[in-house]
Amino acid sequence: MGARRLEEAVFKALMLASLGLVLAVLAAIVVVVMARGASALSLSMLTQTPKGGYYLGKEGGIANAIVGSLYLAFGASVLSILLSLPTAFALQKEYAGRRLASITRLSLDALWGTPSIVYGAFGFIIMRYLGIGTSLLGGILALSLLMLPIMTRAMEEAIRMVPLELKEISYSMGATRIETTLAVVLRQALPGIITAVVLAFGRGIGDAASILFTAGYTDHIPRSLLDPTASLPLAVFFQLGTPFPEVQRRAYASALILLVIVLLASLAARLLSRRFSKHIVR
Amino acid sequence: MPHISLRSLNVTYRDRRALRDITVDVPDAQITTIIGPSGCGKTSLLKSLNRLIDLSEEARVEGEVLIDGVNIYHPKADIIALRRKVGFLSQKPYPLPMSIYDNVTYGPRMHRMNREQIFQQIAELEKDRSLGRLCPESTRLTARTRRGGEMDLLVECYLRVAGLWDEVKDRLHDPATGLSVGQQQRLALARTLAVEPEVILADEPTSALDPISAKLIEEEFQFLKKKYTIVFVTHILRQARRIGDYVIFLYLGELVEHGPAQQVFTSPRDEKTRAYVAGDIS
Ligand SMILES: Nc1ncnc2c1ncn2[C@@H]1O[C@H](COP(=O)(O)OP(=O)(O)O)[C@@H](O)[C@H]1O
Ligand SMILES: [Mg+2]
Repeated sequence: MGARRLEEAVFKALMLASLGLVLAVLAAIVVVVMARGASALSLSMLTQTPKGGYYLGKEGGIANAIVGSLYLAFGASVLSILLSLPTAFALQKEYAGRRLASITRLSLDALWGTPSIVYGAFGFIIMRYLGIGTSLLGGILALSLLMLPIMTRAMEEAIRMVPLELKEISYSMGATRIETTLAVVLRQALPGIITAVVLAFGRGIGDAASILFTAGYTDHIPRSLLDPTASLPLAVFFQLGTPFPEVQRRAYASALILLVIVLLASLAARLLSRRFSKHIVR
Repeated sequence: MPHISLRSLNVTYRDRRALRDITVDVPDAQITTIIGPSGCGKTSLLKSLNRLIDLSEEARVEGEVLIDGVNIYHPKADIIALRRKVGFLSQKPYPLPMSIYDNVTYGPRMHRMNREQIFQQIAELEKDRSLGRLCPESTRLTARTRRGGEMDLLVECYLRVAGLWDEVKDRLHDPATGLSVGQQQRLALARTLAVEPEVILADEPTSALDPISAKLIEEEFQFLKKKYTIVFVTHILRQARRIGDYVIFLYLGELVEHGPAQQVFTSPRDEKTRAYVAGDIS
């Protein structure tokens, strides 16, 4: 009896310790970013574009990178949703055969693990082929490549969770596959689908490597899809790379802004999911 | 001519045979109970009657099921028309992920019934006085004057037939998931009836319910048999005795005996039936 109780106690301690460690790391990231960056954070940082000498510690802000990142991430999210949602539905067993679905899942998992610099390089080749230079559009294309496997796979998991019995009810009343998919499966999986979008959005808005060659970097807010654009991850990267402590503090402030955007997106998703969860069958 | 007759029906899952050479006629406008121990093929038999078994890709069906003289497994058979004619009530009463109101209108909406067709259907339902429980005159009159009134009428009528109206009339637009399990099963019944089937298949519809809700469903079936042909699967012998007019006894995938309930329960012909009815095997 004593041994079993000891086992129980050891495992409980291990689990709590891991949980504590994870939370501590998260808290440390936030605290460090805040401590380093908060002093540099100001309204002008949010609202102004870099003035001459900004990277030497003079006046200005990173509105170009904030707006640029939002454009990039929203654009890529929309593009990815358009491709991911039909793909995720197609992976249901009513549509794709078991083999095709399993091969697709495997490829998506492999793509999920591909380093984002590869997407950047691949996106760059596509842009060359299409004849466009570094631009918002180029960044959106490269980011979508990065987001697609994440979004599709997460959506597909949500769709696969829909109980078979629920679909059976729809079919048993004479509904077709597509009617069942749109009227029942989509509704039931909607909270999971929203979570999938935010997961991919969060991953996309924070990625630097895929947009390095494709979106470029400028000091102004992009005016068209073919304009190059700044972005928050690259703003962090460039500012941190300067030898000036004032500018390095701004890098942390930029990271903080990125963190807040991702947090707000997650919160918005929570609220949306809850709104759409009221009909969900458990 | 009986509504449903099975001719040498075989069902195999991969290489496991679940039903062997079943030949039987299901009498009209009565309750036929399918009894037998767990795993003997009751659900498989039921799902063969509306081809819901098609959804299990590993299932293979051989033989014929004639409904109104037409083999539903004929390659050119109209599955949607079949499923409209043969309603299904599942073991676990899943509500569709939408409001109570939308659950009832689901079938008619899928079949794109127009206003006149719905009024026509309700008129026929009410003409057949055997069911008795009708909407008040005032409801019928106001339905004609309002846009969407035909759906309101439809919802009220079928919820009344299913014996749920009084409990839900003030919260028709609330999520159906807020109902108790017993209410959900009566909602499922209303939803099934709203497409005006001629046959109702029920797969242990009371097994997830508390005794009082189960009793209500049983009474509901007693009342519905005046109009519909009912096939009711149960593994509860006493329930089969209470509600069944005709009994089909399956054991290990084989049809052991079938006949009027009275005869099967009091003087079974087969030794296995006698043992099962006496509770010696299960
Ligand atoms: N989808 C399936 N795949 C493989 N075997 C199945 C499947 N469904 C049912 N079976 C098998 O077929 C037999 C009959 O099952 P079922 O019709 O569900 O019986 P019952 O409803 O009487 O419990 C069981 O042995 C069961 O394991
Ligand atoms: Mg069963």
